[in-house]
Amino acid sequence: MSVNSETLDLTHVDRTLAQQVTPGRWEKMLSCIQCGTCTASCPAAHAMDLSPRRMWRMVQLGMTEEVLRSRSIWLCSLCYTCHVRCPRGIPLTETIVRLKELAIERGIVSSPQSGAFYRTFAEVMRRYGRMREVEFMARYFLASSPLAALGFARLGLTMLARGKIGLELPRLGGEGRLDRLFQRVAELEAQR
Amino acid sequence: MRYRFYPGCSQEGTAREYRDSTLAVLEALGAEVQELEDWTCCGASVAPVMSDLLGLVLPARNLALAEQQGDGRDMLTVCSACYTNFRRTAATLAGDRKLHETVNRALEVEGLTYRGTVTARHILDVLANDFGPEAVRARVRKPLAGLTVAPYYGCQTVRPYSPYDNPQRPTSMLPILEALGAKVHRHPREASCCGTSLLMTKPEVGLTMAGAVLAACEGADCIVTVCPMCHMNLDAYQDKVSRLLGRTVRIPVVHLPQLMGLAFGLPEEILGLRRHVTPVKLTAKSAKDAKEN
Repeated sequence: MSVNSETLDLTHVDRTLAQQVTPGRWEKMLSCIQCGTCTASCPAAHAMDLSPRRMWRMVQLGMTEEVLRSRSIWLCSLCYTCHVRCPRGIPLTETIVRLKELAIERGIVSSPQSGAFYRTFAEVMRRYGRMREVEFMARYFLASSPLAALGFARLGLTMLARGKIGLELPRLGGEGRLDRLFQRVAELEAQR
Repeated sequence: MRYRFYPGCSQEGTAREYRDSTLAVLEALGAEVQELEDWTCCGASVAPVMSDLLGLVLPARNLALAEQQGDGRDMLTVCSACYTNFRRTAATLAGDRKLHETVNRALEVEGLTYRGTVTARHILDVLANDFGPEAVRARVRKPLAGLTVAPYYGCQTVRPYSPYDNPQRPTSMLPILEALGAKVHRHPREASCCGTSLLMTKPEVGLTMAGAVLAACEGADCIVTVCPMCHMNLDAYQDKVSRLLGRTVRIPVVHLPQLMGLAFGLPEEILGLRRHVTPVKLTAKSAKDAKEN
């Protein structure tokens, strides 16, 4: 499907994606006028394969695969600049969060680092109830790219010397602090 | 003024000095602060991505605890990501009764119910609006005369759920910094993004973002932040940013309560200025300026 149409009839497009990622407000998503304020406002746009403006058009057109496979959704740092500037009032930042959720659900995460980041963080959170930063970092580097850890080694030593971080040993076995809550949420999600 | 304090995870680890200096400054201002008991992670930017519902349940758990332990006092947060999660959850559930019920069904396993009666506040909002410049000025013992400070708000401190400031051109910090006796270095990146977790997952992009903020603050004696993530990204990666920009960028970064604590004359060991990656030597230049004057 071309996204370069001069006039585009949005009444007959596949709305599934817009409905999924902008729940309750998908009509707003279809009201995007392609002004590009989002792209102009985005501090990570320079590194994206799909510019935000183009991505929203593809969401309108229901191009699920292409959007979920993009590098762009993993470059959003949730700064909410596009969100507060959108002249149509589309909740853009929260839509990107839903796109990330959908990509993880479907197992299409184009950025292995981001996948490892979210997975590891959630795991440490479930286990201890609170973030254990050092353990999280260690697990994240193991899961994503142990080589990249070298780039952080010097900083780690400085932080250790300043008393900013201490050595943490993972606690093994036993029930995680938030196991039951995570479990209940998963059950409720399945019912929705 | 009385608050229920939700420290947030980094205030038990890398940003312990942010918690300590916040508590010391609030005490000096006469506030009564009690830590929320049994608090857990707000979910950060991660839970909402893992599951829409989890992203609401984790903040709601803490809000419910604050309601249970509270006497109507506001819940104080010092991290902008925690703050946004609490405000987003409160706003979302206030407008969606069915979702609110679902969240409470999840909270049953923790023996909790979220009612929607507690208000989450950001430390900047509290300092700027509950106390304000007059109360701050009255407590100053060692004015930061000669010190030029670059305010940095970051993103989620002021948008999109913050009612207390302009989401794109915030100014809340100005009267406080002036009350401390500091000169303010205004710059165009005051409410830009620090790069957040991109410094870990996409370092080249994250460093560009942090670098843009640092470059905009050059010329100031220090940068002052109100979020542990912003602080980490601006303080800890200056070597890498310098390599990226091809020139040395070296500027101390302090938490707002640390700067206030200095001006209040609070002991430096409580303020934890030695815990930062970029060494903090704030007296040098102001002392030099004072001599020159």
